Amino acid sequence: MTLLTDDQKMLQETAASFLADEGTPAKQLRHWRDTECDDGFGHALWKQFGELGLTGIAIPEDQGGLGLGATEAALVLEEIGRNLTPSPFLTTGIVAAKAIAGTAHADRWYPPILSGEAVLAVAIDESPRHAPEQTVLEAKRQGNGFVLNGSKQFVVQGASADMIVTAARTSGSSGERSGLTLFAVPRGAAEVENVHLADSSWAARLAFANVELDADAVIGEVDDGWVRLTAGLDAGRAGAAAELVGVAAGASKMTFDYLKQRKQFGKLIGEFQAIQHRAAHLHGEIEIARAAALKAAQLIDSGDERAELYVSVAKAKAADVASLAVREGVQMHGGIGMTDEHDIGLYMKREAVLGELFGDVYYHRNRVAELNGY
Amino acid sequence: MTDLDTFRTDTRAWLEANCPPEMRQPIRSEADICWGGRNWTFKSDAQRQWLEAMAGRGWTVAHWPKDYGGGGLSPAEAIVLKEEMKRIGARSPLMSFGISMLGPALLKFGTEEQKKHYLPQIARGEIRWCQGYSEPGAGSDLAGLQTKAEDKGDHWLINGQKVWTSYADKADWIFCLVRTSTESKQGGISFLLFDMATPGVSTKPILLISGSSPFCETFFDDVKVPKDQIVGDVNRGWDVAKYLLGHEREMISELGLGGGGSLGAATKPQDPLLRAEIAAFDVDALAFAAMSERFAAMWKAGEAHPASPSMMKYAGTELNKRRNELAIAAGGSEALEWESERSKNGKPVREWLRSKGNSIEGGTSEIQLNIVAKHILGLPGA
Repeated sequence: MTLLTDDQKMLQETAASFLADEGTPAKQLRHWRDTECDDGFGHALWKQFGELGLTGIAIPEDQGGLGLGATEAALVLEEIGRNLTPSPFLTTGIVAAKAIAGTAHADRWYPPILSGEAVLAVAIDESPRHAPEQTVLEAKRQGNGFVLNGSKQFVVQGASADMIVTAARTSGSSGERSGLTLFAVPRGAAEVENVHLADSSWAARLAFANVELDADAVIGEVDDGWVRLTAGLDAGRAGAAAELVGVAAGASKMTFDYLKQRKQFGKLIGEFQAIQHRAAHLHGEIEIARAAALKAAQLIDSGDERAELYVSVAKAKAADVASLAVREGVQMHGGIGMTDEHDIGLYMKREAVLGELFGDVYYHRNRVAELNGY
Repeated sequence: MTDLDTFRTDTRAWLEANCPPEMRQPIRSEADICWGGRNWTFKSDAQRQWLEAMAGRGWTVAHWPKDYGGGGLSPAEAIVLKEEMKRIGARSPLMSFGISMLGPALLKFGTEEQKKHYLPQIARGEIRWCQGYSEPGAGSDLAGLQTKAEDKGDHWLINGQKVWTSYADKADWIFCLVRTSTESKQGGISFLLFDMATPGVSTKPILLISGSSPFCETFFDDVKVPKDQIVGDVNRGWDVAKYLLGHEREMISELGLGGGGSLGAATKPQDPLLRAEIAAFDVDALAFAAMSERFAAMWKAGEAHPASPSMMKYAGTELNKRRNELAIAAGGSEALEWESERSKNGKPVREWLRSKGNSIEGGTSEIQLNIVAKHILGLPGA
């Protein structure tokens, strides 16, 4: 594994200071929650992402983007996680941007993504648990186009999206990787139920009842969407892992600071060895999760064949460790940690949703086992 | 071609010509490891040739300066050498506490004379070292050690006892912590080097639960040590001791890598609950391997926290204990055989039992967590 380059460190610092100023819970998460905004994020902040070039982090340079890799995305996402900043960065900027790469849809959508105007979503899951192979949303040829029937759920920011990258089955049956096709579904085509989640984010359930799409709605090749879908998903999983590392780091920083302030029995609670050992263990685990997330990103960037394996290692490990960080965080804060007023609980809720996104700990442990032949 | 590419090409050719085929076979047991030393009997001509060839280029300690018997390689070149050795499955030519522990401490704290005298012997595998740290009354509380060194004008006079001295019965020399003052606990410790053949030194192996005896009790009864065999200043040995412990902990943490393979791939668990636990373990092991790689790069670049070997040692040894627990579970009753040929003389069960010491030797897990809490997290009163 290589250490960060000077350019990467500079990007990290830019993202860190931007999000520590503009992306805080008070300015974003709590603000949009308490004003009952049903996007759950700020469009103005997304435009600021655009002004900094961050919306185009994964968009090739010749199409106006920064043309950077998963490693740079991970650095930004760790800062997003640390500040609990709600934004379309992961789904629009990474997953959807990757999924439409090299197609006519990229020509259509990259410019408004670059300016921070467009929001894209990705529709994969059809049951409460992530299982992309089991896609059954039917897309049947009809005349020059397709007609779609079925449903999707856990479509992050789906109700806010201008276009939804949707995985559908054009042939074969549930469980098969072949026969899947990606479609660009425009806003308003499917019936949308906007669902408020525990972390104050919004994810849509989509109902497709004879939704008609033109043939040019197809992204990439018909029946051959698995590779494109997996490339987008794996970039998203590596990114979610990095964001989870940020959630863990932010929660633990808040907790370790608290251990140095709160007194009981006439002592700082951080003086108790029963607390110290748990804090030290947590610190090490976060370092390990960060190394795994960086390793996965670097392997994606170098086109290494082990990337798939390490993406699952990173997502499983980061979710595991972030879960530990928020549980220890709430417990070590005591009563105040249970209040809505304190931010530590927001970390717990964000971890739960992010841990589920693109496959939970169990999904990715199983994938590690399968990739190792057992 | 860059200089590094040239170096790789040359190194590959040299290894091809000089690494005997037998030395490219995986290490099957302790007996395949070459420790060197005055009394060493090579297990084969190949083992001797391989050590001589590597030591001849200074490549047993490739990154040490040439003046001290090293190869004088840059960090990047040393990595290339490691990669090229791994490529052909070449064994390490020499296992040595001199290389992994004493050497780095001498490079930092030794006098020029000491470096010129001791380091080349280590590099060539001529002197086998052991570590005199723990005592019966000084385990986790290492600085409470009582082995006494009295200043007798022209020599130190040592009396006391060490315990958990790895391979003291096979070692030629010892690096040893002794008490030179009772005025201060940590500030009364000195770091001495002496020959295990000196009159008054005796050793007694300790039989472990695994059936092996890698450790000894070591006794000093009026042992005379020349005055110049001290590393660092009198009563400043704790600084040397702690620095050396960092290297020891870094080395021990590599146990977490467990040879690199997937436990699930090796054991093919059929039971779904065991499979799930092993998959969880494989995730942790691969994540730790990434950490180990990142830590090594940061350590070399001077970006790692000085206390980070404690974090690595804790994580790596706890992981290795878990690996052995799961390996035993996967092996079922056959993994409990103690002496059969089928079990390679009880390899799984003996390794499982031996691994329990990993989180004790080199400082317990609890001590590592104390160090992380105090020095990295800055928690109060730790």
